[in-house]
Amino acid sequence: MATAFAPTKLTATLPLHGSQENRLLLPIRLAPHSSFLGSTRSLTAHSSRRLNHAHATRRSPPVVGVQEVVKEKKSINSLLITKEEGLVLYEDMILGRSFEDMCAQMYYRGKMFGFVHLYNGQEAVSTGFIKLLTKSDSVVSTYRDHVHALSKGVSARAVMSELFGKVTGCCRGQGGSMHMFSKEHNMLGGFAFIGEGIPVATGAAFSSKYRRDVLKQDCEDVTVAFFGDGTCNNGQFYECLNMAALWKLPIIFVVENNLWAIGMSHLRATSDPEIWKKGPAFGMPGVHVDGMDVLKVREVAKEAVTRARRGEGPTLVECETYRFRGHSLADPDELRDAAEKAKYAARDPIAALKKYLIENNLAKEAELKSIEKKIDELVEEAVEFADASPQPGRSQLLENVFADPKGFGIGPDGRYRCEDPKFTEGTAQV
Amino acid sequence: MSAILQGAGAGAAAALTPFNSIDSNKFVAPSRSSLSVRSKSYIVAGSDDGTNKSFGSSSLIARRSQPLMIPNAVTATKADTAASSTSLKSGHELLLYEALQEGLEEEMDRDPHVCVMGEDVGHYGGSYKVTKGLADKFGDLRVLDTPICENAFTGMGIGAAMTGLRPIIEGMNMGFLLLAFNQISNNCGMLHYTSGGQFTIPVVIRGPGGVGRQLGAEHSQRLESYFQSIPGIQMVACSTPYNAKGLMKAAIRSENPVILFEHVLLYNLKESIPDEEYICNLEEAEMVRPGEHITILTYSRMRYHVMQAAKTLVNKGYDPEVIDIRSLKPFDLHTIGNSVKKTHRVLIVEECMRTGGIGASLTAAINENFHDYLDAPVMCLSSQDVPTPYAGTLEEWTVVQPAQIVTAVEQLCQ
Repeated sequence: MATAFAPTKLTATLPLHGSQENRLLLPIRLAPHSSFLGSTRSLTAHSSRRLNHAHATRRSPPVVGVQEVVKEKKSINSLLITKEEGLVLYEDMILGRSFEDMCAQMYYRGKMFGFVHLYNGQEAVSTGFIKLLTKSDSVVSTYRDHVHALSKGVSARAVMSELFGKVTGCCRGQGGSMHMFSKEHNMLGGFAFIGEGIPVATGAAFSSKYRRDVLKQDCEDVTVAFFGDGTCNNGQFYECLNMAALWKLPIIFVVENNLWAIGMSHLRATSDPEIWKKGPAFGMPGVHVDGMDVLKVREVAKEAVTRARRGEGPTLVECETYRFRGHSLADPDELRDAAEKAKYAARDPIAALKKYLIENNLAKEAELKSIEKKIDELVEEAVEFADASPQPGRSQLLENVFADPKGFGIGPDGRYRCEDPKFTEGTAQV
Repeated sequence: MSAILQGAGAGAAAALTPFNSIDSNKFVAPSRSSLSVRSKSYIVAGSDDGTNKSFGSSSLIARRSQPLMIPNAVTATKADTAASSTSLKSGHELLLYEALQEGLEEEMDRDPHVCVMGEDVGHYGGSYKVTKGLADKFGDLRVLDTPICENAFTGMGIGAAMTGLRPIIEGMNMGFLLLAFNQISNNCGMLHYTSGGQFTIPVVIRGPGGVGRQLGAEHSQRLESYFQSIPGIQMVACSTPYNAKGLMKAAIRSENPVILFEHVLLYNLKESIPDEEYICNLEEAEMVRPGEHITILTYSRMRYHVMQAAKTLVNKGYDPEVIDIRSLKPFDLHTIGNSVKKTHRVLIVEECMRTGGIGASLTAAINENFHDYLDAPVMCLSSQDVPTPYAGTLEEWTVVQPAQIVTAVEQLCQ
């Protein structure tokens, strides 16, 4: 059912598919320099033994760690990206970082309120996946959704205004930080409860399949669902893995495993912390990738997205990543070990990409600096725009409760409530 | 008055199965006597009032005086009297679940984006046969058999609706939708608002609920009371084959998320419905029996208990006005209000629990809006706040019985 996630596909010379069973014995080995504190060496060794055994019985579909492959590809001197692609990726990550830093500033200045969850440190995942998508592909996220919205194409102005609660926000100020929606860019939210977006993403993928198989339209749209390690202990996750694999829905489940669910360490919450393994249990490939390296993420994403577009079904991708800030701006972030934070700070995805671009002569320092400056100005402008935008008026209160406002019913006078002139003023009795 | 009494007399003589022996498989709606409809001095919102039902056979024959439902809030319609009952419009007879199926099938024919998802809706044809034969006709993707994961497949339906499809999500029993509460509350009801109006959720969530025949506590729940606070959804309850089909079609066509409550014991009601296409208005109540003395508001299965009590009441000289509110959220305050203004007495008969049910909300709404017109406090007869027991006798005592309704009316009309 699930096809081989053949590592050799990533090198040009070998066939895309075919009997690559021997290759599948590649154990999951994390490169020595990455100490993924979430999984110890012993866990890794254990899993590779298990993988061999599993293969011997030929039951689970193959799962592969990508780091080995990417290193292999790099060594034969073919670059993973072109200069243009590199600059696009860099700019997107810088946008994500600058935007979130500005959010922190604005929050402490009293311009935005409530629960604000920042994405610093995880940019490689958002950029790595979303920059491969088309406008008609869908993205579903969680409450940590600002950067997913930005990567998908929602303007910084619209996101910042939404955070300020202004009418010019992407959701007219009605959603807030945790509900970034954009019909134009197919950003399907933004969900406050963890896990509740995954079925929605599954539904969007179902729509794609329906369009193709029932309406006979040319539809290759895929859906990417982002969620965290904490969500992977939630029932909705498993229910959707099952349905997606069962019907081969064009969806990619991306786990942003940053090891912490507020103050709950992934290891303390999960019986088997290796989330990628849960994919094969449902009949889809499960892949573990270094989520601090945008190029590695991108390579995995390419394969997963192509699989989905071809109608081969879903993929579960676990990205090892880290958030540099607390869970939210209200989180004092006291539980996490300083050493752990330092380790991951050293693997800052933006610094890594910058290094790669410069070392491989894809870009010069000056070019990158100018991108940073451009983004700084863009974010400043977004703040100015949001500041200058008006707050929602009273008349907006009842406007979007129903798509068809007849849903407010018939009043005592026999007219529909929404026909009441006071209705638009938001003072009508409902 | 006399016409009614005569009709009632004739009615009482016909074979009306006593409540105890009603078998859910052969449940028959107690027929009403023919009645004369007075000319009204007020305007009725809604146009399927004044149905004429005649005795005799086990089937409920309804004559409609107008073919199509006019969706405007205010319509002046008057049903003809019993004398012209011979002018039966062409129609076909079917059971309530067949009416639902017919409505569903017509909408699926009409719009290829309409699809069904739920447990056993496809190959099995639906646990109450509402989707029987549809999978053969429309295929396994349009009539999707889901695994048993209410929360996830309800969310999936919502995601599909956001991206252009029009799913009908079936809860095999409404009680199972408790597992989908997260999705129904947060996403179904709220997403249109939190997305600033960008995404619509034109889903229909439907399924059988209510107290059945010794089904036990969990299978006898009334979820309308749990869902009623969710902003952004509409709730309707069907009670006859006519309004079942009409509400099903209207719900599918609506851009709002609609929860359609069916009742386990009403699926085998038989009625003749028009051949031509019609829809019922989602926001309107249905005038079942116009009257002068007291307004009885009810919905779903309790409608039949009320009508049974109405027969007794008419014999005793009362003239109850019976309104099937149909729209549980929002309430049709126009039809209800007009009735209250006429009769000045209100009795609500519902199957919900005493605490926090639809009746509780309706009582509050009536008191708030029509306080001046009431000659007596609003009385609400609801089910006991008890998990529905398995034992038949106990179960009978948890729901409102016609005798209680009669007593309540007598009390209110003193």
